[in-house]
Amino acid sequence: MQVSLVDIRKYFGSVRANDGITIHLDPGRIYGLLGENGAGKSTLMKILSGYHQQDTGTIELDGKPAAFRSPAEALRRGVGMIYQDPLDVPSMRVLENYMLGRDARLALDRKAGETELLENAARLGFSVNTRAYIDTLTLGERQQLEMLRMLAFGAQVFILDEPTTGISTDQKESLFQSLRRLAHDDGKTVILVSHKLSEVQELCDHVVVLRRGKLVGEADIPCPTDELVRMMFEDVPPKQERISQVRDDICLSIDNVSFEDDRLAVKDICLELHGGEVFGLAGLEGSGQRLLLQMCAGLISPQKGSVTLHGKDVSAYSYHQMREAGVAYLPAGRLEEGLIAGLSVMEHVALSDPRPSFTINWPHYERETAERIQRYQVVGQPQTHVDALSGGNQQRTLFALLRPEVKLILLEHPTRGLDVRSAEWIWQLMFERVGQGAVILFMSADLDELVARSDRIAAFSGGQMSRVVAAEKTTAEELGHLIGGEV
Amino acid sequence: MRLRRWLERIWPLVPVLGALVVTSLLLLGFGVSPDEGFGAMLRGAFGDDQKTLSVLAFWVPLTLSSAGLVVAFTAGLWNIGVEGQIVMGAIASSWIALSLDAPAWVMIPLELLAGMAAGGLWAVLAGILKTRGHVHEIFGGLALNNIAIIFTNYLISGPWQPPEGGTFRGTAPFPESALLPLLGESRLSPLSVAITILALLGAYFILKGTTWGLRLKALGKNALSAFLLGVRSERELLLAMMVCGALAGLGGSVRVLSWFESLRQSISGGIGFLALLVVMLSGLRVTLIPFIALFFSAVLNGSITLQLRTQLHSSLGGILTAVMVLLVLLFGDPRQLNLFKKKTEVDSDE
Repeated sequence: MQVSLVDIRKYFGSVRANDGITIHLDPGRIYGLLGENGAGKSTLMKILSGYHQQDTGTIELDGKPAAFRSPAEALRRGVGMIYQDPLDVPSMRVLENYMLGRDARLALDRKAGETELLENAARLGFSVNTRAYIDTLTLGERQQLEMLRMLAFGAQVFILDEPTTGISTDQKESLFQSLRRLAHDDGKTVILVSHKLSEVQELCDHVVVLRRGKLVGEADIPCPTDELVRMMFEDVPPKQERISQVRDDICLSIDNVSFEDDRLAVKDICLELHGGEVFGLAGLEGSGQRLLLQMCAGLISPQKGSVTLHGKDVSAYSYHQMREAGVAYLPAGRLEEGLIAGLSVMEHVALSDPRPSFTINWPHYERETAERIQRYQVVGQPQTHVDALSGGNQQRTLFALLRPEVKLILLEHPTRGLDVRSAEWIWQLMFERVGQGAVILFMSADLDELVARSDRIAAFSGGQMSRVVAAEKTTAEELGHLIGGEV
Repeated sequence: MRLRRWLERIWPLVPVLGALVVTSLLLLGFGVSPDEGFGAMLRGAFGDDQKTLSVLAFWVPLTLSSAGLVVAFTAGLWNIGVEGQIVMGAIASSWIALSLDAPAWVMIPLELLAGMAAGGLWAVLAGILKTRGHVHEIFGGLALNNIAIIFTNYLISGPWQPPEGGTFRGTAPFPESALLPLLGESRLSPLSVAITILALLGAYFILKGTTWGLRLKALGKNALSAFLLGVRSERELLLAMMVCGALAGLGGSVRVLSWFESLRQSISGGIGFLALLVVMLSGLRVTLIPFIALFFSAVLNGSITLQLRTQLHSSLGGILTAVMVLLVLLFGDPRQLNLFKKKTEVDSDE
């Protein structure tokens, strides 16, 4: 099916997620959709699959305009999307899932359904146990099942969102084989949303690159990786000199540590951070850098290896013990995992007091809060609810809650969504702490920020940490390669 | 701005009026004039001293349970198990009353403490099921409610059967020394009123003036952020459950030690569920709880008279309160006033 997206625009508030994107996709080809986080890839694909509605612009299928009000409607018209987390029903069996929402008659014809499922699976080279429960399957198998379901629905366009995150190498091979068969033999249109350059090179026929909501380039594959990196990340502007405050003493030492969550395993990380150092972690969302921060915060316990903070083994510390030991963790979601909507700034100050008394001395906290509001230039009153503050002021409030004696600050996207001025101010505050001997370990999707603010940088890709590079010597090019999985 | 503050203050009355209108329509539908119906209810509740005292005697366990629940609700715990916690409190007090023979000044404190302990532990059990077993407190609480009620039935028909033979209705009446001193011929114990007022003051103080109360509020609004800001969630949640269960258990004690003077089959009779409604209606404001609880007690006691006078079933009182709660959940949030006004956000110059 010929798919055309014409001048698609989608704004979320003041964020221009898609800002006039026009793409034409032909049947029988595999397309790669590239871009860094927040480039607008997911939004565009959610529009094409009926999950979001565009503000302006049109979708054309085989030259005819199409408007989808829901994913189900898009699927009826032949566009199916397979999400990172497949939308299946975990407590049901494979066959039941396969037949879900399809058989309109009262009685399910299990026999016919099973035959059809096995036939389709065989054609794509998947092996399927129709009686297994979904929650016993691996992510890769669930993905395969989702593809078979879409196929049964008659999908002509298959959109896969980061399909190789969290699946095994064998499953990846089998997935790529089946995608090639779908496109090149059956004439389907396949769109692979990815930021792994090697996979795009391996699988795709053509790539489309987005940056900040706009289409910035297209190329046929093969295409030099350098070219793709340049399109994805722009050139990093020459950075200002920053006086490094790194000292000799080792503050944090991570020795051969492995850890994992249910999606990703990170193995054998070795890292030594010195007092006064700012260490940046590059990598695309879900590559392992967030897990490293959470491990350092005591939220995930290491399976092996040891973590030492100022000479003390803290490997087995819980989150609250880590806090006591001087570790601060500031996640990206300010109102989800940092501040509490509905509580005032003053209540936050009282709540985070390391030595609280049984009864609350409100006048004391009001003075204390007013002082911190002034020091951190938060625009608001002690009684202002944090959810009424702007993003930048919420971030400042979070920093205002940091204890004075904090030794290790773990940051996720410290300036995401902030304008230049606010971002600059946040970093000024951070460097003040660094000057007092604190260490900062932060992750960011913004290469400029990483290069400009860090002393050293490492990138994560699929749970692997790259070599460590000095920020002053590296280039966007080099970082792009590291993020793309070169070690 | 002054108009807005005034509107905010009277906003809670909107659902109350709405419920009265709905109930009036129901009364009209049955051919009873609302005037007559509500009049009968009012006389049934406060017609003479005896009736008023009876309303108050019902008010005590309801308010005790509500004072506990407001603490649990603040922490974001939907403690449906409060009914079972009342029952367990009643059972523990009955156990002391039936098995110990001592003067009243020994018996009564022991009975009350036992009631608090049993209610508290029953609530902590629901809490542990939540924090360790990942059983939501609503489902855990429902199961524990059933177990508590079945346990009562077992005790009444088994080990605590009255010696003259079982009726499956209750135990033998407790000895005089085990009972709370009552006011005249009523079933109201002045001691229990004093305890209830203390419980209300305690709940108010905890939620307004203590670090613990602030932590509970934080947990209730965003448990993850609260944890990351240093709140030890599991400990605080279990403590909140315990306080709630202890007050509910105390309510159960009062039920057996003054209202029934024995352990009965339906010892709580839904007071716990009623308390859930009281707290929802109050919007977690402790200051409103005694008045809402009084209103509920009056409506429920008054509707018995309504039945005698108008042949309408006394469940009309239940309908009135239930409709009111529904309307409160629909309209009760003063923030809905924002719909009529422009947002006044404090925003920076960014």
